Amino acid sequence: MTEVVVTKDKDSAPAADALVVLENVNKHFGPLHVLQDIDLTIARGEVVVVIGPSGSGKSTLCRTINRLETIDSGVIRIDGKPLPAEGRDLARLRAEVGMVFQSFNLFAHKTVLQNVALGQVKVRKVPRREAEEKARQLLDRVGVGNQADKYPAQLSGGQQQRVAIARALAMDPKVMLFDEPTSALDPEMINEVLEVMQQLARDGMTMVVVTHEMGFARSAANRVLFMADGRIVEQATPEQFFTAPKSDRAKDFLSKILHH
Amino acid sequence: MNVLVDNFAMFREGFVGTVRLTALASLLALVLGTIIAGFRVSPVPALRVFGVTWVTLLRNTPLVLLFFVVTLGLPALGLRGWDEDWLAILALGCYTSAFICEAVRSGINTVPVGQAEAARSVGMTFTQTLGQIVLPQAVRTAIPPVGSLLIALTKNSAIASGFNVTELGSVQKTLNMDAGYNIYVIFFWIALCYLIITFTISGLFRLLENRLAVAR
Repeated sequence: MTEVVVTKDKDSAPAADALVVLENVNKHFGPLHVLQDIDLTIARGEVVVVIGPSGSGKSTLCRTINRLETIDSGVIRIDGKPLPAEGRDLARLRAEVGMVFQSFNLFAHKTVLQNVALGQVKVRKVPRREAEEKARQLLDRVGVGNQADKYPAQLSGGQQQRVAIARALAMDPKVMLFDEPTSALDPEMINEVLEVMQQLARDGMTMVVVTHEMGFARSAANRVLFMADGRIVEQATPEQFFTAPKSDRAKDFLSKILHH
Repeated sequence: MNVLVDNFAMFREGFVGTVRLTALASLLALVLGTIIAGFRVSPVPALRVFGVTWVTLLRNTPLVLLFFVVTLGLPALGLRGWDEDWLAILALGCYTSAFICEAVRSGINTVPVGQAEAARSVGMTFTQTLGQIVLPQAVRTAIPPVGSLLIALTKNSAIASGFNVTELGSVQKTLNMDAGYNIYVIFFWIALCYLIITFTISGLFRLLENRLAVAR
């Protein structure tokens, strides 16, 4: 159960170009040890998919990277700089780390266009017209350009999630975090979101994706991270992981989700 | 009937006094209350402590006592040159701000936490998150209780009559002392004046509520 299998990925960039580094990270929720001695290095341009049973700490791991969750011990560095404490520096850093949530979290009182333009205007101090122009381009890119003037509640889940991706991209992030981006979607809407993410991966975006979509993991990931009980139990290329998982925990997990 | 006609100028002066007192104290209470609500949800512990202290102190002090503290205590402590009108506005505004703060905070608590998380994730500071994302959505829930609080403030303003401020309460006291008028008729006209103000506030807030309901 505690067996850790690390496989060198031939595609991954050298460690010198590490973009996100977690060293010996620990976190507790009360008596629950949700992250246990997590060491993880994500290279620039790498797509890492995190999978595992619920309660394994994968969402928490994702949320610690932009400090939506604080950690008890250890170090997290993004592009060489340790995560700052709460304040202006942290806000500045978060602008460079895009986040996509399970429940979309679009600003309910703003139109789709305003959702994508707001961060640029308020955080990057881009003039409103320029920001809106870029927002329209991004909305076109994710395929919801014709919904720009609607409010989030008027859109389908899949459309809302694509707007949320555009909102994160508008800040020109160095890395994108996806916290179960398709888990709240109706089945027929999952693909439209995955396609946008796949395109992002092809364009070279560094991505950390917590998901239950094994198809996406297979086709888009450079590396699959399997978590259980707050630990990274196994990491390998998707090919290796799905055809020959090494740990019993991973074998058990895969047998449960793949044989339906 | 002729108490109103005979003393119309006095009634008018009192009415204007109450409207002025209510309007300015409301403004102070709304601004202060919102800021203190911001303090109470802030990540800075010192601000949270200040917010809790402010609310606890002002909400639990009888208003008359607060009027004494402000009109007698503050000048004794060196605050001079303020006339009774402004001191009354200060007392009434600060007192009501404690209640407004809690109404606004209850509104803030109805905004899903994901909204603030999303705002912080695009790099907004605490103040931006509160001002751009959370408060605009909190206002809608806070409007009905805030309306009630401003109506309560209107009626509370009568306490100022005990502190040399000209408003409806002082008109009533003056006329009561002038023997010859039916005391119930005086009460009737004073009550009507208050109703005009409170109904206006209710109407204003109903309008605001409808306006914001459409904006979603």
